[in-house]
Amino acid sequence: MKKFLVLSMLIAAIGFIASCGGNNKTTRDTASTAETEVNTENPSYDPNRGEGKFTTVEIGPLDAQKAELGDQVYQVKCSSCHKLTDERLVGPGWAGVTERRKPEWLMNFITNTDVMIDKDPELQAQLELCLVRMPNQNLSDDDARNLLEFMRKNDGAK
Amino acid sequence: MKINTKFAHGMAALAILAGLNACKPKNAGSVVSGDAAAKAYVAPGNYDEYYNFVSGGFSGQLSVYGLPSGRLLRVIPVFSVDPEKGWGYSEETKPMLNTSHGEVPWDDLHHVSMSQTNGEIDGRWVFANGNNTPRVARIDLKTFRTAEILELPNSGGNHSSPFITENSEYIVAGTRFSIPPDDKNGDVPINTYKENFRGTISFISVDKTEGHMDVAFQLQGPGVNFDLSHAGKGKSNGWFFFSTYNTEQANTLLEVNASKRDKDFIMAVNWKMAEKLIKEGKGRKQAVKYASNRFDEKTHTATSTIKNEVTVLDMREHPGLVYMIPCPKSPHGCDVDPTGEYIVGSGKLAALIPVFSFDKIQKAIANKSFDGEYDGIPVIKYEAALYGEVKKPGLGPLHTEFDDKGNAYTSMFVSSEVVKWNVKDLTVLDRVPTYYSVGHLMIPGGDSKKPTGKYMVAYNKITKDRYLPTGPELSQSAQLYDISGDKMQLILDYPTIGEPHYAQAVAADRIKNNSAKFFKIEENSHPYVTKGEGNAKVFREGNKVHVNMTLMRSHLTPDNIEGIRVGDEVYFHTTNLEQDWDVPHGFAIKGALNAELLVMPGETTTLKWIPTKAGMYPMYCTDFCSALHQEMSGYVRVSPRGSNVPISFSTGTNTPKNETQADKAKN
Repeated sequence: MKKFLVLSMLIAAIGFIASCGGNNKTTRDTASTAETEVNTENPSYDPNRGEGKFTTVEIGPLDAQKAELGDQVYQVKCSSCHKLTDERLVGPGWAGVTERRKPEWLMNFITNTDVMIDKDPELQAQLELCLVRMPNQNLSDDDARNLLEFMRKNDGAK
Repeated sequence: MKINTKFAHGMAALAILAGLNACKPKNAGSVVSGDAAAKAYVAPGNYDEYYNFVSGGFSGQLSVYGLPSGRLLRVIPVFSVDPEKGWGYSEETKPMLNTSHGEVPWDDLHHVSMSQTNGEIDGRWVFANGNNTPRVARIDLKTFRTAEILELPNSGGNHSSPFITENSEYIVAGTRFSIPPDDKNGDVPINTYKENFRGTISFISVDKTEGHMDVAFQLQGPGVNFDLSHAGKGKSNGWFFFSTYNTEQANTLLEVNASKRDKDFIMAVNWKMAEKLIKEGKGRKQAVKYASNRFDEKTHTATSTIKNEVTVLDMREHPGLVYMIPCPKSPHGCDVDPTGEYIVGSGKLAALIPVFSFDKIQKAIANKSFDGEYDGIPVIKYEAALYGEVKKPGLGPLHTEFDDKGNAYTSMFVSSEVVKWNVKDLTVLDRVPTYYSVGHLMIPGGDSKKPTGKYMVAYNKITKDRYLPTGPELSQSAQLYDISGDKMQLILDYPTIGEPHYAQAVAADRIKNNSAKFFKIEENSHPYVTKGEGNAKVFREGNKVHVNMTLMRSHLTPDNIEGIRVGDEVYFHTTNLEQDWDVPHGFAIKGALNAELLVMPGETTTLKWIPTKAGMYPMYCTDFCSALHQEMSGYVRVSPRGSNVPISFSTGTNTPKNETQADKAKN
């Protein structure tokens, strides 16, 4: 009798749990950062371009006006963490960054930060060094382009 | 064997039922049925269906719950200081609590009304009243912050408030305690109530785009206690209904002396007519003094303006403006059904619920079916205004909400139950116990033109044995019911903050997509904003020292400050340079006779600090912001009065003079 009792209670319990799960109809809608799945394989991820809205970015001779606007963005939103030399502050210094990275990669990273940190192998390695995730500073597309020009100027582009 | 098993199961079930019943009233409705948990269950990571804005009562704050989970999402500081958020402590928020009496750091928040468009909750603002020092607040639902607080002149308390018209033209504020008007000498014997005390109702206009509130006009009438109110809607739009008690005009032992008359009144006000009279210049300008406090989202700073005049209409001087409708035994709730035809008065000492008809009221006015006057105001005959009475509903009816199927739900304080009844035929359909002594009820949209019919929450006054004992003081209890079927079903029981009075709720979709994630640093026009670390500075103006500081993961700039002297007024103007969601930084400094700051991304907030002793003062970020949060700190050196230590400030460069880079590397 005892066995029967335990068994029937178990069945009842399972039935209860199942009904809880089945009744959950609320739609899933959470913050983008929590949603992002970390995929270490990343078959579709292009480490040269990164991931985001920019596929090709045309660059030519240095646009001094854009670089000046980019400097203003840098002062407000970036300078707390990035020096213009190769010295690391919170994040790495910017010297030489435009030689190491494609323009598309830089603009995607600036504007699609969370997704790139989760997918880019080199950014993940960088995170292990810096331990602070680069925040998305909500730059507009123009801001990002101007900032790229400022980085190029910092690297001596003419 | 089989029989034995069944027998055992039966016994177990009986034992469980007996156990449940043991600590609750003996009522079949108190048994929670098996699917209750599933109905209130919101899986981890999922969102609730409704935002529920619940008054925090004597906490002075507004709480935000998710329904049906009953999860507390946020407590928004409104009328009371909140050191956790720096509310009332930061220089920017101090003016919000200013009144004609000076800074009043607490109030008793009773009722909430959400802004409406065409009689439906539109999700823009929540209004709330302060019952003690009469005030009304507006909370912005983009930022979930208190954006405005308006003091009310000629008022002795603000209870029948902040009920709203169907297009948010006005919110009202009726004085709970009548007093001599502010321009009269209030220094009179208390027992001259009948002669000197007047009751005032304020109509507060709400600006359509900004939401700014102003006292548009006031109605002055008999000295009574105004209790609750609701605007007409649909056919009765243009009218407002207020419950009154103490029409005996007692000034002592109200418990007895204000309960003598068989009936008090529901007061009907034709506010469209009042609007017209004001436009025609019929109002009297009265000298008063009250504060209007507004928070500017761009400067992140509040300003308090003292106003000196209000326009008043005397109810007795304008026939057609106000009528009294007799209502049994000290009416409390005054609730208008979704069609606008039925006005439910709940006499808290009555054994019935009278339901008045708007059409009949209009007819009674046209036919002059009056029963004399009360202080110069026509009294409509009870029967001429009455649609019918709900007989024997329960004991102590207080408040009524409505569903989408023509039913009303009335809370019964004395008999601790909710009674569901049909508005048309006035028959009682169902009753369910509450634990215990229910006050307000809330159905999402339940006082609007578009109520829903899924959930109802009861906000109770007494908790007793509902939760684990926590000493003499207990949280108040709320109970969530599923009202989608014929029978109301209790599905969840949860504690609340303060003492909840009225609440409102709206579908999450009306609000969640408009919720701000951060403040744009580009739009920050605070006079001491620091846009970029390069602009951080410390400068002296006499005995005032301003620190324009930035906060960014994971350092303060500047983080070394010298040259401060004992007795200086130091203002830390902290700007959070982050531009992403959910990255606030905190700021605190040792010995501050103040609170912390919580600075949202893109915001500038100021902490005032007057050091009283020379020495070394650490400061740090209080909100765990990153892996290097513990490193986000700094020092302020305080020298004695008259010291010659010059002002200096830096981040990352103030290293020992004799230490070389090579030494540092070794260390």
